[in-house]
Amino acid sequence: MALERELKIDDGDGVYAAIIDAHQGLSLEQSAALNARLVLLLANHIGDGTVIREALAKARASLTR
Amino acid sequence: MNDVRDIAFAWKHSPDQHAAAPAHHPVVIVGAGPVGLATAIDLAAKGHRSVIIERKSQLSDGSRAICWAKRTLEIMDRLGVGQPLLDKGVTWKNGKVFFDTAQVFAFDLLPETGHRMPAFVNLQQYYFEHYCVQAAAKTGLIDIRWQEDVRGLEQTTDGVLLTVGSPEGTYRLLADWVVAADGARSTVRRLMDLPFEGRVFEDQFLICDIKMKLDRPVERWFWFDPPFNRGRSALLHKQADERWRLDFQVGQEADRDAEVKPENAARRVRGMLGEDVDFEFDWISIYRFQSRRLQKFRHGRVLFAGDSAHQVSPFGARGGNSGVQDADNLAWKLDLVLRGLAPERLLDSYHEERAAAADENLLHTTRSTDFIAPKSEMSRIFRDAALALAETEPFARRLINSGRLSTPTCYTQSSLNGPDELADEALAARPGAAALDAPHDNGWLLHTLGGAFTGLWVGRDAQVAASVAEAKGELAHRAVPIRLVQTSNAEACARYGATDAPAFYLIRPDQHVAARWRTFSAAAVGRAADRALART
Ligand SMILES: Cc1cc2nc3c(=O)[nH]c(=O)nc-3n(C[C@H](O)[C@H](O)[C@H](O)COP(=O)(O)OP(=O)(O)OC[C@H]3O[C@@H](n4cnc5c(N)ncnc54)[C@H](O)[C@@H]3O)c2cc1C
Repeated sequence: MALERELKIDDGDGVYAAIIDAHQGLSLEQSAALNARLVLLLANHIGDGTVIREALAKARASLTR
Repeated sequence: MNDVRDIAFAWKHSPDQHAAAPAHHPVVIVGAGPVGLATAIDLAAKGHRSVIIERKSQLSDGSRAICWAKRTLEIMDRLGVGQPLLDKGVTWKNGKVFFDTAQVFAFDLLPETGHRMPAFVNLQQYYFEHYCVQAAAKTGLIDIRWQEDVRGLEQTTDGVLLTVGSPEGTYRLLADWVVAADGARSTVRRLMDLPFEGRVFEDQFLICDIKMKLDRPVERWFWFDPPFNRGRSALLHKQADERWRLDFQVGQEADRDAEVKPENAARRVRGMLGEDVDFEFDWISIYRFQSRRLQKFRHGRVLFAGDSAHQVSPFGARGGNSGVQDADNLAWKLDLVLRGLAPERLLDSYHEERAAAADENLLHTTRSTDFIAPKSEMSRIFRDAALALAETEPFARRLINSGRLSTPTCYTQSSLNGPDELADEALAARPGAAALDAPHDNGWLLHTLGGAFTGLWVGRDAQVAASVAEAKGELAHRAVPIRLVQTSNAEACARYGATDAPAFYLIRPDQHVAARWRTFSAAAVGRAADRALART
């Protein structure tokens, strides 16, 4: 399975807002802790190491934009 | 009380000292640590004499190995040293991991029965060496030269010329083969100018071995961020003789001299075990761990084994355990080469298989050390996230890495491996893997498998297939004989994938699986044996 690149979430705007809302009122440090938990939970849900590594590479590459 | 650490091994004059020409020995082993001793005992079991040169006059002192893994115990059992290790050591298989004050994870390393050896035995390294020295003496074939050290080395076309220092001055020895088991600071490695590359972990660990009476289950306890060592980790283990090992991460900047002062170390001990704990110090030391490996374990007639070849951080107890497995891998190959029954290139497979094992151990210990002592702020944030999630999420418990405890390496890619007709079945017993134990008659299957090539017929039916029985004589009369063992034990059948249909396994002298078949053919077994001897 390859990393999904088209929007797959049924309610993209809503889920995006939910992610932002989850960080409401947190310091940057607390947000980093929240993100780390989220990454681990989602990575486990995806389960496929190849897909996760592909996502990591994409995320990293987009930093240089 | 008699303490084996007080035994002083006397230097003995050897006639080699004043020989006109360098005395010739087939095998010289440098270092009488666990690895050098295991190698010598294994070679002696096969009839070979060896000389061990050892600088010290005593067994290993200080805080060193305590956890001996199942596979090491099986190897030592094959060498006749298993029982004393079991009798003296502390057997365990359970562990607990705490985050702050809460238990986040508990594990059981050997959930199934039907194995002679437990998951782990904790025993101080000096006892391990003590029993090995006793076993070595019994063979009558091992000449340990205490208080001598190797100072020079030169490889010639017909052997290795060693310069040995002794209390009476230096002398020379000519060896066909040298096993460099001289530890992490290997002299042989330095004399040969071989780089030993890798990484040093910045964090420091204070290790206290203490004596105390404490009634608690024998388990490995590991803490992340406990109240008594905030922001860092700690480990508690039981050893023999009411000794306990306490291991505190103390940070990169900790002042080494101050940390090892008994009054400061005592404060840490009380922090972990309570203010009123009654104990005595046995040893206090501080370590910075390393992760390094030699590029090649074979250099002509010099073979590196144990810490001289690879050094790992102790989380996972992979140092001594993997060193003993080096010895296990090397001894039978050296035996067959010495007897002219296998080509010298069989020894290249020693490097091939054990360097792969070292890489596996380096990978695991590096990951553990990075989890225990995160090297960046974000690494710490993820580590803490995994620990926090572990309180409620089962998947996160599996990510907690307080040391992945030593298991035998499967030589999956080895050039010695033959056919695998079972493919995806019984993967734990695939070619390259260490054979699995099971009850056998009134004893254990592994007791029937070591020391020689063995054909193992596993099947529910107590009868050996006629084709196997017929080939018995032919297999037994090969230059390197293959003996036959048969089992119909239910646990053996399950472990070897022979519950529904029988299977035939070719097992090497180190008990690793060389090849396996559903249908037996003497010719195919012969070809696989030749391959395992590097003849083809
Ligand atoms: C704190 C700590 C905890 C550990 N815990 C564990 C554990 O729980 N389980 C585990 O498996 N491992 C553990 N280890 C690792 C283990 O101690 C080593 O891997 C093991 O001792 C390696 O054995 P060796 O025979 O290769 O080398 P060593 O034990 O170092 O023996 C080498 C010998 O060679 C001798 N020598 C050196 N140079 C010369 C010379 N030029 N001439 C003659 N003799 C020489 C030395 O005197 C020494 O006796 C631990 C290590 C440390 C530091």
